[in-house]
Amino acid sequence: MTGKRIWPWLAVVLGGLYFLLPLAGMVDFSMRMKRGQYSFEAYRIVLADPQFQQTFGYSVMLALLTIVLGILLVVPTAYFVRLKLPGLRPIIEFITLLPLVIPPIVIVFGYIRIYNTSSVLPLTGTWLGTNLLLLFGYATLALPYMYRSVDTGLRTIDIASLTEAAQSLGAGWARILAVVILPNVFVSVLSGAFLTFAIVIGEYVFAALLNVNSFGPYMVWMGGNRAYEPSALAVVAFAITWACMGLIQLVTRFSRFSTVRR
Amino acid sequence: MAFLDIHHLQKSFGALHVVKDFTLGIEKGEFVSFLGPSGCGKTTVLRMVAGFETPTSGAIRIGGRDVTSLPANRRKIGMVFQAYALFPNLTVEDNIGFGLKVAGEGKAAIGRRVGEMLELIGLPQLGNRYPFQLSGGQQQRVALARALAPRPQVLLLDEPLSALDAKIRVSLREEIRRIQQELGITTIFVTHDQEEALSISDRIVVMHQGVADQVGTPFEIYNRPSTRFVAEFVGTLNLVDADVVEAVSGRVRVGEVPVTLNRPLAARAGERISLALRPETVALGRTEGHDVVFSGRIAEVHFLGSVIRIRVAIGGQVISLDTFNQPDRPPPDIGAPVEVSISDRDLLVLAA
Ligand SMILES: Nc1ncnc2c1ncn2[C@@H]1O[C@H](COP(=O)(O)OP(=O)(O)OP(=O)(O)O)[C@@H](O)[C@H]1O
Ligand SMILES: [Mg+2]
Repeated sequence: MTGKRIWPWLAVVLGGLYFLLPLAGMVDFSMRMKRGQYSFEAYRIVLADPQFQQTFGYSVMLALLTIVLGILLVVPTAYFVRLKLPGLRPIIEFITLLPLVIPPIVIVFGYIRIYNTSSVLPLTGTWLGTNLLLLFGYATLALPYMYRSVDTGLRTIDIASLTEAAQSLGAGWARILAVVILPNVFVSVLSGAFLTFAIVIGEYVFAALLNVNSFGPYMVWMGGNRAYEPSALAVVAFAITWACMGLIQLVTRFSRFSTVRR
Repeated sequence: MAFLDIHHLQKSFGALHVVKDFTLGIEKGEFVSFLGPSGCGKTTVLRMVAGFETPTSGAIRIGGRDVTSLPANRRKIGMVFQAYALFPNLTVEDNIGFGLKVAGEGKAAIGRRVGEMLELIGLPQLGNRYPFQLSGGQQQRVALARALAPRPQVLLLDEPLSALDAKIRVSLREEIRRIQQELGITTIFVTHDQEEALSISDRIVVMHQGVADQVGTPFEIYNRPSTRFVAEFVGTLNLVDADVVEAVSGRVRVGEVPVTLNRPLAARAGERISLALRPETVALGRTEGHDVVFSGRIAEVHFLGSVIRIRVAIGGQVISLDTFNQPDRPPPDIGAPVEVSISDRDLLVLAA
């Protein structure tokens, strides 16, 4: 190693330690449930807890629905804005960034005010309504990530020519979107989808205030009432998020056709 | 009425009047090229025929049916783009079969037609490849097959060869022409390359600032250009100043040499007009049938391979002429005195 390389390496090592030490501490702590030995006891308890299975299953389901809703909402919007109304792009981009600017607590209070049981649309009054509200809320939270990744994906293909080629071959809008556009931005959609998944799995504020038993509130409840299990839970949540990231990489690498040109 | 009838078509983008009163009839099976400089509105006319732009006014009829307000996906028009626009996520076979699938044809019928098309474009082994695994020329062939597979009424090609290199450009244009003739499909081919247009078209439309300046066979366009723009845009041209001696009989004087054009002129006696002359109609030395002779000096010699272009200074003017290369006769030296001869029939009088 030459002298010039020392400083960059030092920065990498320091950054790595800053990031990894707490993680290592957490893993270490989560495995000390049995006195005097390392064990996966805390993990066993967490994974065997019916509450865990129920809330986690619920959150996974909700995350998948959020992804579907997000795709249905974002892909056509980003596509038509790029194709027909390119002047609107900055405005749409700004709107999709709003969920990052407005705190979730504000959004959910807004929901509760507008959709409470004495309003015109009393969504919070029923189980289905509350779940729908949560779904729409999560789709909103995921918007910045979904829109950005889809829009970036659309930039790598010549959507105007592809659209016209498909039109001249007789295709209508639904087919163009499903058969021509979506498969070609699939990798971008997936990366948006995994980010969405990661957000929804751990989300607390919306769920707690709408009084829904999802994974986020469960983790918080655990944190307040147990010693070793919350760490185990955090490690599990971490693993899930990292698995999502890994999947993005994997899918990107193994996509059959390369749309990246230019 | 012609098979494809473009009737007083106009198009404005805001204040920009891009296509001005464009009228053209194309017969069934005809190959027509739109030739013109960049920005003259070729693509815009083509896109209106395809249904991607709405005309400001005018009508388009195909086979007697008015399609002006029909959306693009119901016009049965095949389109080939400069940038190929193949679907990157589909194999060559699926690309070619796309239109048939949209039309709801059965799997077997699609497979048969796709096979036929792959034969037609000469790429029968490449059906399973993805577009990014093909060369530019192969991609454009596939794009052609994709456009032709659903048996469109009209084929439109917008500068399909300009992204390819010179050798492939020539071979592919000949192939496009062969396939067009084999299928007898009515075709519009947009290009700004005059050699391309001249070599493969039944008729050429020379466009200039949104208007069809001249419509005619390649032979007519080249040899009898009707406007100065057409004459200058298609092929190379000498412009020769001449002084009118007598307008009615068409007698003029080029420098000191009297020339009779045998055509009445619009100009008056004593006025100076421009005459146009193709380089290949000028001969070095005296030649039989060429009764107008100028003497001058060799100013420049450009060796272009099979053709040698020589520029001769005559009085205050310079005339270019082309001679064929002959291995046993080296080109003349610069500054040498020469005589050049022309036939007065080859002098073109151009409308302004
Ligand atoms: N959508 C549009 N909005 C505004 N102006 C346009 C639009 N499309 C074309 N134009 C203008 O219309 C004119 C003609 O364009 P067109 O693309 O038809 O030219 P072209 O003959 O095909 O040129 P080229 O050889 O460069 O392709 C140009 O000045 C262009 O800027
Ligand atoms: Mg063009």
